[in-house]
Amino acid sequence: MTSQPQPERLGSEEVRHIAALCRIGLTDEEVEQMRDELTSLLGEVRVVQGVDTTGVEPTGHAVEVDSVMRDDEARPSMTVEEVLSNAPVREGDYIRVQAVLEE
Amino acid sequence: MATPLHYMSLRELSDALHRREVSSVELATAHLDRMEEVEPRLGAYLAVTGNLALGQAEEADRRLSEATGGPLTGVPMQLKDNISTTNVITTCASRMLEGYVPTYDATVTRRLAEAGAVLLGKGNMDEFAMGSSTENSAFKNAANPWDTARVPGGSSGGPAVAVAAGEAVFALGSDTGGSIRQPASLCGIVGLKPTYGLVSRYGLIAFASSLDQLGPLTRTVEDAAMVLNAVSGHDPLDSTSIAQAAPDYTKDLDQGVKGLRVGVVREYFGDAVDSGVARVTHQAIARLEELGAEVEWDVSLPMSDIALAVYYILAPSECSANLARYDGVKYGFSDQETDGMWAALEATRRHGFGPEVRRRILLGTYALSAGYYDAYYLKAQQVRTLIRQEFAAAFKKVDLLVTPTSPTTAFRLGERVHDPLAMHASDICTVPVNIAGIPGISVPCGFVDGLPVGLQLLGPHLSEPTLLRAAYAYQQSTDWHTHHPEL
Repeated sequence: MTSQPQPERLGSEEVRHIAALCRIGLTDEEVEQMRDELTSLLGEVRVVQGVDTTGVEPTGHAVEVDSVMRDDEARPSMTVEEVLSNAPVREGDYIRVQAVLEE
Repeated sequence: MATPLHYMSLRELSDALHRREVSSVELATAHLDRMEEVEPRLGAYLAVTGNLALGQAEEADRRLSEATGGPLTGVPMQLKDNISTTNVITTCASRMLEGYVPTYDATVTRRLAEAGAVLLGKGNMDEFAMGSSTENSAFKNAANPWDTARVPGGSSGGPAVAVAAGEAVFALGSDTGGSIRQPASLCGIVGLKPTYGLVSRYGLIAFASSLDQLGPLTRTVEDAAMVLNAVSGHDPLDSTSIAQAAPDYTKDLDQGVKGLRVGVVREYFGDAVDSGVARVTHQAIARLEELGAEVEWDVSLPMSDIALAVYYILAPSECSANLARYDGVKYGFSDQETDGMWAALEATRRHGFGPEVRRRILLGTYALSAGYYDAYYLKAQQVRTLIRQEFAAAFKKVDLLVTPTSPTTAFRLGERVHDPLAMHASDICTVPVNIAGIPGISVPCGFVDGLPVGLQLLGPHLSEPTLLRAAYAYQQSTDWHTHHPEL
């Protein structure tokens, strides 16, 4: 394992790009703060890049699991009332949302 | 002096309930009274379900009077607030789920209800189980009952405090990188993270799906085995649930450790580990040796040092995917002030998530994004294979590994909350276990300056019977579990 140099401070454009990908709004001040915090966190985790993993298969789950199928049988599902019971804004039997298609 | 009701073990209380020496209603009432007394100083609960508990207790008393109850019937407990409970608020200690009321039970909730356990309420935690001190709870801090100026650990801080302070007989927590074992250690109780897939995750609100596992927090090892009996076993609703029948974990507890090969992992006693913690842990291992275990005092697992880095790539990556569902449309917090769908979505996620959750989503999104996926996420998954293989090789030579559970005793509230790297370091002894999917248990093994220390025992996949047997043998030879905080 070799130690990695500290990564360069993340650019503000890069932080904005990441924030846009995961749809978290950030103020300009928060972008600046995240540049430092993410840079320091990336410095912490970059040490993995020093490990020789030639020919090593990745592990997704630590315990072997196969795809699980069930029989295609009809069975009860939640009622409309249950599904809508936590809706932030309800209109009749619908969830009200902002317009998706712009005019 | 006789042990007060709220500090008796699950085994003792279960026996007393079945002998009808105490009723479930009396037990629930005693715990609700205890909560009224100590909860303002401790913050173990986000919701108390007093009326529900008394109703369940009456039903339990009916079953007990008909002699149809099981070992958990009538026993009051707490569930961490990321475990879904029908008609009972489940917030993950997040503004994002403030007011969220599930319409279905987690499998563990259903199994415990069927077993007749009585729900006292929902346990405080770090928001979405991300943290090691419970200070990331959006609603309130929890305090360590041994010193209320200190943290209880996390993320299952509420469950650990409730059990340590006599506010519940047992609790169920979740453990993604140490979130059951580390708070159990810091609060002086037993915490078990079972093998990945042994306990169904259905209805556990997801953080990092390949690492999350549910497990018990109890005051004794025997109690942990009793709770594991009730919640383990195959569940068709969780595709990663192990498809085999779970044994009776209480059966061979008293078989001792004679001839058991136990390895002491050198890397877990490095510079980060407090000298007092290391001393107490070594004394506990010497006790195992006196009890007949064959101790291999210098086992090396060199990949241990890299596990924290692997964890802080994998867990945020999985969290960024799992938490993408919080869009303010179908449930949860929803910003209604902002115009425009995308702007409202960004505002919902900005205000609904706290700083640590936002940080992890951003870090995980970065690690999964185009251009960085191979260097971070894929690389971490490859190193994960090496960590798994290293554990597997060690378990060819020894039956169990022993380490400290936490590198330090409970730290002060506020001490690490603004320093994510220092907070992450709290997990160095526990995260490798989740990465490898193996089981681990923390059992009280002494005190340093009046604060509890935990001994961590690790075994290969599905070695819970051996793990519990060794922890039980150790606990029976000590009286640490009979020490309780003065409140």
